[in-house]
Amino acid sequence: MLRQPQHERVETAPAVEAVELVKQFGETRAVDGVSLAVPAGSIYGLLGPNGAGKTTTLRMLLGIIDPSSGVRRVLGRERPLDAAHEVGYLPEERGLYPSMHARDAIAFMGALRGLSLREGRRRADALLADHGLGDWAKKPIRTLSKGMAQTVQLLGTIVHDPRLIVLDEPFAGLDAINQAKLEELIRSKARAGATIIFSTHVIAHAERLCERIAIVAQGRVVFEGGVDEARNRLRPIVRLRTRAEDGMWRSAIPEGARRDRGEWVFELPEGGPEPLLKALIDGGAGIEALAIERPGLHDAFVAIAGEAAAAAMGRQEPGQ
Amino acid sequence: MTRLIRGAFVIARRDFTATVLSKTFLFFLLGPIFPLLVGGVFAGIGANVAVDRERPVIAVIASNADFERLSVARDRLAVAIDDQSVARLVHYLPEPDLAAQQERLLGMKDRPVRAVLSGGLDRPMLTGEVHPDGIAARQLGLIIADASAPRSEPPRIRVVPTDASSGSLARDRTRTAQIGQMVLFFLTLLLSGMVMSQLIEEKSNKIIEVVAAAMPIDAMFLGKLFAMLAASVVGIAVWTATGAALVGWLNSGGLSALPTPAVGWPEFLALAIVYFAMNYLLLGAVFLTIGAQASTAREVQTMSMPVTFGQLVIFGFAATAVGSPDSLRTLAAAIFPLSSPMVMLARAAERPDIWPHLVAIVWQVGWVAVILHLGAKLFRKTVMKSGPRTRWWRLRRT
Repeated sequence: MLRQPQHERVETAPAVEAVELVKQFGETRAVDGVSLAVPAGSIYGLLGPNGAGKTTTLRMLLGIIDPSSGVRRVLGRERPLDAAHEVGYLPEERGLYPSMHARDAIAFMGALRGLSLREGRRRADALLADHGLGDWAKKPIRTLSKGMAQTVQLLGTIVHDPRLIVLDEPFAGLDAINQAKLEELIRSKARAGATIIFSTHVIAHAERLCERIAIVAQGRVVFEGGVDEARNRLRPIVRLRTRAEDGMWRSAIPEGARRDRGEWVFELPEGGPEPLLKALIDGGAGIEALAIERPGLHDAFVAIAGEAAAAAMGRQEPGQ
Repeated sequence: MTRLIRGAFVIARRDFTATVLSKTFLFFLLGPIFPLLVGGVFAGIGANVAVDRERPVIAVIASNADFERLSVARDRLAVAIDDQSVARLVHYLPEPDLAAQQERLLGMKDRPVRAVLSGGLDRPMLTGEVHPDGIAARQLGLIIADASAPRSEPPRIRVVPTDASSGSLARDRTRTAQIGQMVLFFLTLLLSGMVMSQLIEEKSNKIIEVVAAAMPIDAMFLGKLFAMLAASVVGIAVWTATGAALVGWLNSGGLSALPTPAVGWPEFLALAIVYFAMNYLLLGAVFLTIGAQASTAREVQTMSMPVTFGQLVIFGFAATAVGSPDSLRTLAAAIFPLSSPMVMLARAAERPDIWPHLVAIVWQVGWVAVILHLGAKLFRKTVMKSGPRTRWWRLRRT
């Protein structure tokens, strides 16, 4: 019998904790001392290029593989499989039994997590109908399109109403419409109180969805914290266009400023915008345009993980 | 433990349903018919060939009177042993050129002759492809001796039959033990290949990770093993119920045709079922572990042959125990987990005590658990990882 979800209760302890997790495969250290804490009820992103150690970290957190060293705690349990009935997991490599009917596939995934087969089928019918796949409930998986099959697997991941949902690269292979639907599903589950962890190499998804992120590079967490916290690591960028080419105002432009298509581009000085504006006006710059831009998560990622990691992420997200 | 059993049940239910309700299960049920048919045909051919080959034909060049006496003596010998085992005699009257006649008879194509007996009863001479100390020459010696000086009819011995003597009982129970082992071996042999490919479906469909995240790998292995056991029990039940040969055999005396095993028939049959399950679970656990390392059906096929040979070796080891249930060799075969069920079934036919079976079953159950656990551990180590695959033979401590 499944425990009823307690979405209303106030969660204090982190839903997932990891302390110095290490995973060694032969001579390769896939994960090298990962520590993170996922607040209960939050949407948490694990960012990093392929091969950074995201999937191995998730597999250790879920108990699929054991860490070589380190400690993990999932929903308060030292052994992650003890919490398996409260966890939903969508792996990066999707798969279903091709001859199974869609509703049975969902019910089977629920049964793996402790849901009775009958209840699983009942919920599967409702979920499929809600997601526009009601007519496909009794069709074999092999007759479904790839997008439909992915939706079926996602529904199987949440059919038992888990407190913790772990999604490994959930947006991979989905078209824009289905990506938007998935984002909405993640938000709705979070609103209902579930904790969501997803790994991605697409920064835009993390920026739109996550409250907290961990940036993973070469098996290490190089940043863990809120999205704003990551962005606040960089100073705002000033883009300035002036009528005057030279004058007293030039002393207000910090060293290291660069010219980009007729504009000055530089980090906002420590004092903030007001002293800068005053110096520009008093110095007779003749301000034509001035914009102060807050850095995006991508800029923060570049600053934190380095150009190489950012370039790797960029290569992996064509068209997204 | 509850989680393990519940998980195993979910997997077993899925696998059993998927197996038994699939169209290919019909082929599985029909499977044993083909080897039986082929075996029957070849056995028939082989039997005819054997009869023709093993029963020598001797051409006898003799007068009618001599041949008549030889023929009577031959028949007396055939009654005592077996007509099929005694050389056939074919009569030819002497011709003027004996050497030419012998040569012609030995060269006959339509009626192959092993040797030619000539010289009558007084000076018998055997010419042909026979050894002086061979069975054909010795038989002819006895026949000629009897034909030359026929003895009176042998005395009639009064026979008092009993149910069994110690000598015959031991021999007959050995037969029951051998048949029991053979049945166990062949039933397991049929199923091992199927077990090896059990995880290919999950691995190729990428479902393995969903399952591994929801339950211990041990539960998945256990579930798969029991699903196959249940499916095979269905198959065996169908084969037993519908096998025409078996029905005919049952009609002609059934189990009573076999000597009663030492523990008695009900106990023996119960132990046979238990030992079939244990044999299947033990070998299945090993094959599941080996098969779990394979990624493709091709790899499974490659592994099948050495695995089958391995089974034959285990069967050979177990078979040496038949006939000497208290020997050290038998004890070793009973302790070795993979041969233990077959050895213990043979013991049930030969020795009446039950307690060794209880000990053996506990021992075997323990080994099923150990092998499954080690298999699951190996699987988790080599398969459930990102990046390039680690083969078990290159496994290092991680």
